[in-house]
Amino acid sequence: MPNKLGSKQDLEALQKDLINERKSGKPTIAVCNGTACHPYGCAQLIEAFKEELSKQGMRNKAELRITGCHGLCEKGPIVVIQPGDIFYQRVKAEDVPEILHETISKGNIIDRLLHTDPITGSTIVHRHEIPFYCKQERNILGNNVEINPTKIEDYIAIDGYTALAKALLEMTPEQIIEEIKRSGLRGRGGAGFPTGTKWESCRHAPGDIKYVIVNADEGDPGAYANEGLLSGNPHSVLEGLIIGGYAIGASQGYIYVRNEYPLALANITIALNQAQELGLLGDNILGSGFDFNVRITRGGGAFVCGESTALMASLEGKVGEPRAKYIHTVEKGLWNRPSNLNNVETWSNVPVIINKGADWYCKLGTDGSKGTKIFSLVGKINNTGLVEVPMGITLREIIYDTGGGIRGGKKFKAVQTGGPSGGCLPESLLDLSVDFDELTKAGSMMGSGGMIVMDETTCMVDIAKYFLTFLEEESCGKCVPCREGIKRMRQILDDISEGKGDEADIDLLERVSATLVDSSLCALGATAPNPVLTTIRYFKDEYEAHIKEKRCPAGICKALIHYYIIEEKCPGCGLCVKACPQEAITFMGKKKPVVLDESKCIKCGACYDICKLEAIGKE
Amino acid sequence: MDEKVTAIINKYDCDKGQLVSILQDIQAEYYYLPKEALIQVSESMAIPASRVYDVATFFRAFSLEPRGKHFINVCLGTACHVRGAARILEQIERSLAIKRGGTSKDRKFTLETVNCMGCCAVGPAVKIDGEYFGQMSTDKVEGLLTKFE
Repeated sequence: MPNKLGSKQDLEALQKDLINERKSGKPTIAVCNGTACHPYGCAQLIEAFKEELSKQGMRNKAELRITGCHGLCEKGPIVVIQPGDIFYQRVKAEDVPEILHETISKGNIIDRLLHTDPITGSTIVHRHEIPFYCKQERNILGNNVEINPTKIEDYIAIDGYTALAKALLEMTPEQIIEEIKRSGLRGRGGAGFPTGTKWESCRHAPGDIKYVIVNADEGDPGAYANEGLLSGNPHSVLEGLIIGGYAIGASQGYIYVRNEYPLALANITIALNQAQELGLLGDNILGSGFDFNVRITRGGGAFVCGESTALMASLEGKVGEPRAKYIHTVEKGLWNRPSNLNNVETWSNVPVIINKGADWYCKLGTDGSKGTKIFSLVGKINNTGLVEVPMGITLREIIYDTGGGIRGGKKFKAVQTGGPSGGCLPESLLDLSVDFDELTKAGSMMGSGGMIVMDETTCMVDIAKYFLTFLEEESCGKCVPCREGIKRMRQILDDISEGKGDEADIDLLERVSATLVDSSLCALGATAPNPVLTTIRYFKDEYEAHIKEKRCPAGICKALIHYYIIEEKCPGCGLCVKACPQEAITFMGKKKPVVLDESKCIKCGACYDICKLEAIGKE
Repeated sequence: MDEKVTAIINKYDCDKGQLVSILQDIQAEYYYLPKEALIQVSESMAIPASRVYDVATFFRAFSLEPRGKHFINVCLGTACHVRGAARILEQIERSLAIKRGGTSKDRKFTLETVNCMGCCAVGPAVKIDGEYFGQMSTDKVEGLLTKFE
């Protein structure tokens, strides 16, 4: 660990040394160690690289960099080799000797590890030429591949903490707030409140003790954008927080992390300790006279704790129940003191704005939404992963150019943004420009960055029911409209999905929704109807098919479907016979189709999953 | 007094604001929150037992019941849901003859669900004892459980 940094000059000197070290000319092997690469065995891959580098006596000839998420999680584990920007995907431990021997030593490309474009079918060598990356602007996430998130030296070598030095030593708090206001940065947690305005209100709120808080309780199911950022570049979040603390006049910061994100938790904890050791946290940071400390607190798996007042209650050691916000948290928040809470991604934007300036920053984006937005692009799409796109890009560009289109040649049905508070948008809105206001107008919202793509095999009634079931469990129960309203709406949807729906149900759902919007205590209840209202608005025919025809067009709602054997396709292999937990399928001899007894079938879908010959039908 | 619990409380300087983290650490030690531990937290931190119980039952992550040797977490996040997570859960429920939230009779497995664990790209995802398994299908369940027998 380098010595404690007492001044800007110390930081600059250290940075110079670190940059020189990196200029050694050695090739770098960046291996993704993100959470989504773990199921693919990236831990074993990293071990294999370590062992093989020693074995081949190459430890001084190449640098192994264990990084955070590279984005294209679908193809993990990912290895990027510099110089050359060579992109290898689905790399296994067995491939390591060859990579070292061929690519590192001789500069040869290994064709079988290259990326194939799902649309054109061509193979691509260089990362920057892969369509998944082409339309992205990775201002925030891009550094993930440049650094080992557990090494502060790596972050400093790529200009890390220079924004902090500039802010503390060359700018007044007012100038910083002005810069953030001018940048047009809006809160990335969901609602999109202007960040600079929020900071200003908190700075002006009466009180000597103030707090700044990182909301890293990314509870939106299906979004891991904050996870990828916090685990892949924790210092960028921390640097933003310290700058915010200085601008607002807070000397204590909190980072509230989801406990379900062990890697993010570990990496931000390491980052915090390193920043403390280097004197970038604590007393008199870089000789500026500014003191600032940070504490990490873990959540307990409650979605409502992503709501600012609930999160603050949880920070006080209480249950995470929200309160009415006629008094804003910037005036009375944590321990009743002025508190400024922002999302992980918002904080991470701050050093970029300070370093490059508001003028540079607001060139990207639309009139009302500046900069970039990170999305977790998942679901029935070819290139699942974390993407960072300029505001104003269309949904179509994200889904088809970046995402590579729909999996398995299926037809696009809907894209869901904003998580349980957002909505499902249909094909007719694919050319919608993605910014805070356009998404809200369409009945959805930006949210914290979930973007879930659905195809023709997704049932929209089931999706609405899914979100309400989720919200019913996550409602804290403090206010009646949310506690009872969501439950009743879920019961109505249960009926519809079981073929017991009534034609008046759609109207009833809309009326209960209106009550929730008007009278819920916090945004959890007030936005809970969005998934229902948008699916009714854009996919009413599916509701009607369930209600009037007692039919689930997507083949998802169990009560309305049945499985059958397509005899011409069935060779009688017997795989489904073994897979069936109910012994409902009978083996009739080789080359003879099996027989399914529908009275025993529980519609678990095990036979459907295991049959690779598509000999099981579902309708 | 349980020394492990005392050590955890001291690690957080008896800070009442860290109650959730303290309970997380106790659960990491015992795999659930034993009643005695909750009483000890209440007494040594001067937090009413009702408040400790309130927090322990509010958050989804906590269990007041002992758990099995292996801990299975099935992700039910939206990305996993649209790729068939519910069917994976049902298959595990049938294989172990328990329902979500339950512990198998032989105390080998506890089955829980989580709303997202941050690897949405590889869903449906299942985590057993901290190890991640992606792109699950119903026919992979049996083999996976056998690995942890």
